[in-house]
Amino acid sequence: MDNLRGRPVLDVSDLPNVAFGSKNVSWLANVLYMTIEGTMFALVIASYFYLRTRSTEWPPGNSPPYIWFGVANSILLLISILPAYWVKTKAPTGDRGKVRLGLLILSLFGAACILVRIYEFTALNCRWSDNAYASCVWILMGIHSGHIVTEWIETLTLLSISFTDKMEGMRMADAAINSDYWYFVVITGWIVNFIIYATPRFL
Amino acid sequence: MFASVLSTMGSVLVALYQASPLSPGGHSALHPSAPQAAHIEWLYWVIFWICFSAFVLTFAVFTRGSARTYISQPEPLPPIKEHPNDSKAVWYVGGAIAVTVLSLFAVLFMSVITGKQVEGATAEKNVLTIQITGHQWWWEIQYPNSQAYQTITTANEIHVPAGRRVIILTKSADVIHSFWAPSITGKRDVIPGPSSAFSFEVDKPGIYHGQCAEFCGLQHAHMGFSVIAEPEDQFEAWEKEQIAPARDPTTPDQLRGRQVFLTHACVMCHTIRGTDAGSRVGPDLTHIASRKMIAAETLPNTRGDLAGWISDPQVIKPGTLMVPNPMQPDDLQALITYLGSLQ
Amino acid sequence: MAISEPVLVADSDHIARLAQTWRQPPGFWGWFSNVHHTAIGTRYMVTSFIFLGLGGILAALMRIQLARPENGFLSPDTYNQFFTMHGSTMIFLFAVPMMFQGLGLYLVPLICGTRNIAFPRLAAFSYYIYLGGGLLLWIGLLTNTGADVGWFSYVPLAGPAFSPGKRADFWAQMITFTEVSALATAICIAVTILRHRAPGMTLNRMPIILWEKLVISFMIIFAMPSVMVVSSMLLLDRLIGTQFFNLALGGDVLLYQHLFWFFGHPEVYIIFLPGTAIVSTMVPVFSRRHIFGYTWIVVSVVATGFLGFGLWVHHMFATGIPQMSASFFTAASLVIVVPTATQFFCWIATIWNGRLQPRIPMLWIFGFFFVFLIGGLSGVMLASVPVNWQVHDTYFVVAHFHYVLIGGALFPMFAGLYYWLPKITGRMMDSTLCHWHFWLFFIGFNMTFFTMHFLGLRGMPRRIYTYSPDMHWGALNMLATCGVVFMTAGLVVFLVNFFHSKAYGDPAGNNPWAAGSLEWATTSPPPHYNFSELPTVNGREALWDNEPDQPIVVGLRDDVPEVLVTNTLDSDPEYREESAGPSIWPFLTSITVSAAFVGSIFTAWAIPVGAPPVIVTLIGWLWPRGHSPSAPVEAKERLTHG
Repeated sequence: MDNLRGRPVLDVSDLPNVAFGSKNVSWLANVLYMTIEGTMFALVIASYFYLRTRSTEWPPGNSPPYIWFGVANSILLLISILPAYWVKTKAPTGDRGKVRLGLLILSLFGAACILVRIYEFTALNCRWSDNAYASCVWILMGIHSGHIVTEWIETLTLLSISFTDKMEGMRMADAAINSDYWYFVVITGWIVNFIIYATPRFL
Repeated sequence: MFASVLSTMGSVLVALYQASPLSPGGHSALHPSAPQAAHIEWLYWVIFWICFSAFVLTFAVFTRGSARTYISQPEPLPPIKEHPNDSKAVWYVGGAIAVTVLSLFAVLFMSVITGKQVEGATAEKNVLTIQITGHQWWWEIQYPNSQAYQTITTANEIHVPAGRRVIILTKSADVIHSFWAPSITGKRDVIPGPSSAFSFEVDKPGIYHGQCAEFCGLQHAHMGFSVIAEPEDQFEAWEKEQIAPARDPTTPDQLRGRQVFLTHACVMCHTIRGTDAGSRVGPDLTHIASRKMIAAETLPNTRGDLAGWISDPQVIKPGTLMVPNPMQPDDLQALITYLGSLQ
Repeated sequence: MAISEPVLVADSDHIARLAQTWRQPPGFWGWFSNVHHTAIGTRYMVTSFIFLGLGGILAALMRIQLARPENGFLSPDTYNQFFTMHGSTMIFLFAVPMMFQGLGLYLVPLICGTRNIAFPRLAAFSYYIYLGGGLLLWIGLLTNTGADVGWFSYVPLAGPAFSPGKRADFWAQMITFTEVSALATAICIAVTILRHRAPGMTLNRMPIILWEKLVISFMIIFAMPSVMVVSSMLLLDRLIGTQFFNLALGGDVLLYQHLFWFFGHPEVYIIFLPGTAIVSTMVPVFSRRHIFGYTWIVVSVVATGFLGFGLWVHHMFATGIPQMSASFFTAASLVIVVPTATQFFCWIATIWNGRLQPRIPMLWIFGFFFVFLIGGLSGVMLASVPVNWQVHDTYFVVAHFHYVLIGGALFPMFAGLYYWLPKITGRMMDSTLCHWHFWLFFIGFNMTFFTMHFLGLRGMPRRIYTYSPDMHWGALNMLATCGVVFMTAGLVVFLVNFFHSKAYGDPAGNNPWAAGSLEWATTSPPPHYNFSELPTVNGREALWDNEPDQPIVVGLRDDVPEVLVTNTLDSDPEYREESAGPSIWPFLTSITVSAAFVGSIFTAWAIPVGAPPVIVTLIGWLWPRGHSPSAPVEAKERLTHG
């Protein structure tokens, strides 16, 4: 043996190699990612209100979006918190079956939200090129729809992984973090729906 | 070789002279001819001397500190573990921060005061209002009047009575421009949308140059204007002339020239009041001969320059919105004679 | 875990296993799979330096055009493309990629005392995306589609009505590329600093450069979305007819400026703070003592990060906003001087109460003191609204920002290169050539840019391709152009020094500067596993403050790439994380994403058509592979007693 040395050591071999919750570095990355996306939403919403101050009529010449699709979407989002929460609590226990089921339900909700969102687009009562108000409405809805679709695909990917033997350890932690991202989609969805459906009716 | 060295040194000296407050300039922020620019110049020098002192002090202390602790041995000394003088240094650093804060407060305070002075008194009698519209790449100047036939429309040359307050209302016809005459006052961006207003009064009669100061496309560099301040009586005389419609041609050449004007592309863009030409796309030419420069202060208003400009403006201002106008030389000469009569 | 009694550690087998585990694949395709932070950081530095050169060439050509009045060297269209490309290249393709991404990715894991950056594949992806954005913009210039409406591309000039064609779209989409890259890097660096520091490196013992990179990561996270939003709005207005900036249909021109400068002002601090961090790193090393006022400096860096978001309207003082609002932004712009001044005073105190043994990097720090101080003070002048009304959009501003950007970033960058290139290449740089480089550049820089203060005061606006001889600006412009010769000569000397030293320079050894931070605790250049023994830390300058028997970390696996995750405040070990090994997926994903981004310049259909390949490559990236993490532990670092 070369380079024999005697010195004190800090032995980390008995530390786990999986972490759940805020200990996990991917959790932290997800929080930073949500901060980025949240800032983007905040800026587009700020632009919406800024443009409102530049207009005498709001919406200018359009009728507000048809409200019931928005209501349906909001209710779907709200209920979808349940399977997301379930996945998050089951993942640390290592129960692959339950996590798989939870991911399946969550992806069904995701699909339903996307379907409703398609109807919402057709019922916005404006075209993006009509005026600045319409452009804001479409971009808000568009960004959020992008999030729903991305999240849905991520859920489906995790679902697929959950049918293989690779679904353990850190992959279970990823499933739990996916739920955090789903919460973000729900919260931003409610905010976006409020801006799009409620504010034109009283601003 | 020697000659080029000499000429470079000469250029440096000329540059130094020109950079100094000694040299004259009709368009320097440091040679004010209006109280607005004068207030700003005062503030500039105060802040300059504060900053200069800060620089000298800081750099001197830095240099002194470096010199007094400098060790020239090549081998790195072991890192110092004890810092007995640090507690004293805390007071110096704290003091320096305090001085910095106080100086910044002073700058803020004086800036706010000066800003208010520049905006000036709000209500004043006998104010002259001028509407300025920025176009790519010229300035439309209008002196609004409740009587439409007494409204003056001209381009790029702004006459003001010396000593009287002028309010400028800004408008843009296309993109963002910026109206800036450094010896008169600070600049104001000319933005599509609600009008922005600012005011000034020029003390001394004279010609003061200005230029667009917000990048607005290909010929941003050639979008100048001039402010001509004149005594009240001269200004009124100018106003009277500008209100009058275009002089009728008196010679056959001028007549032919007007005919050329009315039958070529000119009428698509230019107005000459008193004729049928009424387009507002380009500058109003009713009194073009009264202006000293053409093409937004790019060329002097001479026969030769005007001929070159009309024949092919793209050579002088590539990208300008005025099309080339190839025509027979006789026609061109007649046209210039006619335009030259439009005092 | 235990802090054990002295043990014998079997070094050579362990090192051999580490080298094998952490090796990055060789060869052509191996290059595209490399995920080690030193390789990615080096790529950023090389690529951004090339963009510095390209941007500099454009500037030289612009200066030739402006040397004489009514010069015909460049047409107005070419000139407009050049000044736009110069600014955009320097800000988006050089400054952040070099100062934050390049130096950051290379140094942060080493200074933290860990083996690789967090999320290595994301870091690799960020480089390819950055390269894609740079290529997009420059291929644009070379195909007569160069952006030509200024690096901030104001509307309505950049809108569909006044900028037909695709030039502004190339610019706007380049923004998307580079901002995605910067955001990705910010996440990697922030997580590394927060969770991968060596045990014992509490927040209170973190080197200032890590504080600065952390603050910048958060600034990027909050600022970059703004420019993403505004450039996307511009693209949408141009491509599919949205009306965000169309006055006639409810849009607003100033909305663009607010959104742009909400990003734009923090951006300049994102460029400047790395400069201050480099100064805070070197002043202690060459004064042979800990930095004076560590806490004050950390507070100043964090305060600058926050305050930087409150100044943006000072770019809009001439738009006619009410004086009350303007004065608020004057106050904010002056307040931010205080943390920077605090840092200056602490540096001076460090030198004053230290023993100054300067080496060639310090020459550039002296230059920084001179140049940045002038720039900062001209900034104080600009913060004053009435003065701003005169000098806004003139060469006075051009002088100011070149003094702060070149003084505040480029001078420290050169200091950093002379300081860290020995670590990166293993060879010392030549001292004489460094002096020539410095003085040529310093003289040339001041000749060019100090002159511009006068030009601005004398009425010369920005972004004009020529001027009349009647303005009497000719001599000053000629002087400014002459400075370019000196600066170019200086840069050539640097390149000669770099290439010559890389081949023939004196071997650097581990720690040629006898510095205190952890990157100097390993070989030059470092191996792919960074440290043969992972360190623990006992003070702010690890190598100076460590005990003679400072413990090392053992127990991480050496048959799979494993890094230690510690907690944020105290850096206590928490768990072991498997670090991603080499992978081609970041590169493939950058191809699909680039295709979608570039396609969307031309048609909105690029998004639905381009999305499926992106999804495929992302799934390939994220799909778990290799062994299962819960398999029995193979070869841990063995402890042999006795």
